[in-house]
Amino acid sequence: MELKSKIPSGPLADKWDKHKFEMKLVNPANKRKYHVIVVGSGLAGASAAATMSELGYQVSCFCFQDSPRRAHSIAAQGGINAAKNYQNDGDSIWRLFYDTVKGGDFRSREANVYRLAQISVNIIDQCVAQGVPFAREYGGLLANRSFGGAQVSRTFYARGQTGQQLLLGAYQALEKEIARGGVKMYNRHEMLELVIVDGKARGIITRDLITGEIESHLADAVVLGTGGYGNAYFLSTNAKGCNVTATYRAYQRGAAFANPCFTQIHPTCIPQSGDHQSKLTLMSESLRNDGRVWVPKSQADCGLPPSEIPEQNRDYYLERKYPSFGNLSPRDIASRAAKEVCDEGRGVGPGGRGVYLDFADAIGRLGVHMITERYGNLFEMYERITDENPYERPMRIYPAVHYTMGGLWVDYNLMSTIPGLHVIGEANFSDHGANRLGASALMQGLADGYFVIPYTIGDYLASSKPEPITADHAEVRRSMESVLARQTRLLGIKGKRTVDSFHRQLGHLMWEKCGMARNASGLKEALNEIPKLREEFWQNVTVPGSGAELNQSLEKAGRVADFLEFSELMCLDALTREESCGGHFREEYQDAGEAMRNDEKFAFVSAWEYAGSGKAPILHKEPLEFENVHLSTRSYK
Amino acid sequence: MTATTKGGLSLTLHVWRQPNAAAAGKMVKYQATDISPDMSFLEMLDVVNEGLIAVGNDPIAFDHDCREGICGSCGMMINGAAHGPMKLTTACQLHMRSFKDGDDIFIEPWRATAFPVVKDLVVDRSAFDRIIQAGGFVSARTGAAQDGNAIPISKVAADESMDAAACIGCGACVAACPNASASLFTAAKVTHLGLLPQGQPERFRRALQMVEQMDLEHFGGCTLFGECQEACPKGISIDSMMHLNRDFLLATATAKEEKSEMGAG
Ligand SMILES: Cc1cc2nc3c(=O)[nH]c(=O)nc-3n(C[C@H](O)[C@H](O)[C@H](O)COP(=O)(O)OP(=O)(O)OC[C@H]3O[C@@H](n4cnc5c(N)ncnc54)[C@H](O)[C@@H]3O)c2cc1C
Ligand code: FES
Repeated sequence: MELKSKIPSGPLADKWDKHKFEMKLVNPANKRKYHVIVVGSGLAGASAAATMSELGYQVSCFCFQDSPRRAHSIAAQGGINAAKNYQNDGDSIWRLFYDTVKGGDFRSREANVYRLAQISVNIIDQCVAQGVPFAREYGGLLANRSFGGAQVSRTFYARGQTGQQLLLGAYQALEKEIARGGVKMYNRHEMLELVIVDGKARGIITRDLITGEIESHLADAVVLGTGGYGNAYFLSTNAKGCNVTATYRAYQRGAAFANPCFTQIHPTCIPQSGDHQSKLTLMSESLRNDGRVWVPKSQADCGLPPSEIPEQNRDYYLERKYPSFGNLSPRDIASRAAKEVCDEGRGVGPGGRGVYLDFADAIGRLGVHMITERYGNLFEMYERITDENPYERPMRIYPAVHYTMGGLWVDYNLMSTIPGLHVIGEANFSDHGANRLGASALMQGLADGYFVIPYTIGDYLASSKPEPITADHAEVRRSMESVLARQTRLLGIKGKRTVDSFHRQLGHLMWEKCGMARNASGLKEALNEIPKLREEFWQNVTVPGSGAELNQSLEKAGRVADFLEFSELMCLDALTREESCGGHFREEYQDAGEAMRNDEKFAFVSAWEYAGSGKAPILHKEPLEFENVHLSTRSYK
Repeated sequence: MTATTKGGLSLTLHVWRQPNAAAAGKMVKYQATDISPDMSFLEMLDVVNEGLIAVGNDPIAFDHDCREGICGSCGMMINGAAHGPMKLTTACQLHMRSFKDGDDIFIEPWRATAFPVVKDLVVDRSAFDRIIQAGGFVSARTGAAQDGNAIPISKVAADESMDAAACIGCGACVAACPNASASLFTAAKVTHLGLLPQGQPERFRRALQMVEQMDLEHFGGCTLFGECQEACPKGISIDSMMHLNRDFLLATATAKEEKSEMGAG
């Protein structure tokens, strides 16, 4: 396997324009002869499907929910970044680029990130034109806020529902194209296999989740926008259906998987309340703009109501340790700091796994009205879940798995190592390095979908000229058979344990050994435990019902079976990367709690190649060169 | 992670079970024991389902995804109320502290001709997508947009638009309406886009076509009962009906030609 990043030559700022000019075009009359499959209807998938259809391609779009509008992107709260510099506070494309490379702890590609920053401004224009009701100032102009780790106000938002409004914009564009006949939408269809013919991605095998029918869908190119794999941990802020199945299946068919161990732990989530917990709820990071994080100075005070702990007995540990960024320190730093104080026994709430996020000062300074205006819906959500009123008592928060920077390896054109298989949104690895900055995932998903893939797909189609194929092709039949065989096997085990019980056990193991802090011995233990758990799963799981009906246990079983393999790859990657960078904190590589990157040995992207069942995957390295941003130690002190 | 569980509730559930769209359904009784008041309603159903699966029974099927009250997947009648007893709350955000030890809880799918039952509590809401297809968008091709600040929009209009745009498409309004009307859903979209300058060019066409699609999907008409507004987990106001009715009337008065061209009736 060869990793060709295909980064255009020339000065950074001109690369994308130059590349757009150099790419081959598909003649307008010929576009309708090409058929593109888009799997996923989140921000990335919906925007890509709608835009490619507008251009004239025939598009088929798939999602497992009952409507494309329900994709996980809907849940994003805080906002979307763009280098508009509407606030005149010194922002620029260069600064957004610089912040993203630095925030990602120098583990992303400069050229991709620069393009992302360039496109960011078009995204806002596009969304406004679609009728996305962004927050506005009294003068009628777009409002901004500063967000997690940024020192400029470049985040656009729609109350605490930015993802919802952006997704509805993309969804409405998609529905418009469905009505026009440019897109055929397949709701409640799950992709279970990728079809490769003559080395090129030519289609997918899906299961109709209502009838259970296994179907093949063929096309000239396939685009995956299937989201992230945070649910490997069982408990995460991701929607329950988020999974690794589509990308893992592509990996097994030859697509390299990049940086699988780069996961992001979000510092502001509602702590777990009991063993029944099915998911964790994020409290938008924007809360850190006005909330102050603290724990009691002394362990002895942890049981007291917060109002009885006087000011001098509180440790505002972020402000203390990182005076210049304070409560706005980047996510990985804020998360680890919370773990540290809880490990010291100074955590609050059930099990001592929580820290306070206190709004008393902000309410005093701005008034309740202003706080309600800014965060009303988040405060309500918090109260609904915890039965505590955050206007009167500080919130309790704790870090939780939130986002996965790793994903399928893609080149500058967003194409994987399988020709014709493109990957967009959270499903690819491209732009966030080892740590994603707040409000940058929405930006990346929409950049990929609205403004990158519609260009690069044309270049691929015009230069590869795929041959026609039909559903009776031997490869298509073989792929269908393998999906059916796996399903029959899952249904036939009839063991004693539920799918969820395996998922919880795997999640717990991953959180303990491959979570916020990792070390070699823990990772080796996990690598020892996961195959055993997988073995037990295939011996002892029980999946009731049949394949010929709506069977939610079967859907889950397939996803958990994939997590049980994929999590091994995450641990292996984490073990191999002997440095600490971004969200990947190896306890052996630190300087008094601060992460120690090793640029000499690890300034590369890990791209793993599947070598066959039971064989160790092969590591390929894409070296990262930093010509524009000076490699430096990330310091937020 | 460690955690604590508060004293558990014992509940009797009466749940609508229906194997598929063609089969007949019936209410089936289940006992739920040791339910923590901190659980969400769906977590309570998870516990019941784990028990059913463990003894080889088919678990209760229900739609869910985000469990944060935003994706609109979950939706069920709980003791006769869409999403249950708590106002402004989806089923996934309803917590068991809203119930008492020993309670009977009746759980049924949305009931509406336009939302046929797929299985148990799962219904087919694709009619909503088709209403959006009929006109619930701004035709702004990617790449054609001007600068985002080129047209200032008053904060009041933007806020009011956002109030309507908050709809999550769960279908509670239809389930709660004695006529099973989709008027609140449709009105919310017409209001969201109609309040913004970007929504003006297609405003009347949008109202007309969306209402026509709503009728084609066999949703009932609106007779202003107001149950929809009570049931809406996002607090969409029935005032949005004003926008819809006005735009629809103006559209029928001014766009006769377009209408006959479409051939819809
Ligand atoms: C609670 C929360 C809040 C967030 N807030 C922010 C924020 O404020 N700002 C920000 O920038 N980012 C935020 N993020 C991150 C951001 O929301 C996501 O990274 C982003 O929305 C992912 O978009 P996507 O299009 O790549 O994938 P998704 O939205 O996850 O969509 C995946 C799609 O793929 C489909 N799919 C998946 N697997 C299959 C399969 N096998 N077969 C068929 N279809 C499949 C699904 O049906 C879905 O349509 C947040 C994330 C969370 C969890
Ligand atoms: S599961 Fe998403 S709204 Fe309830």
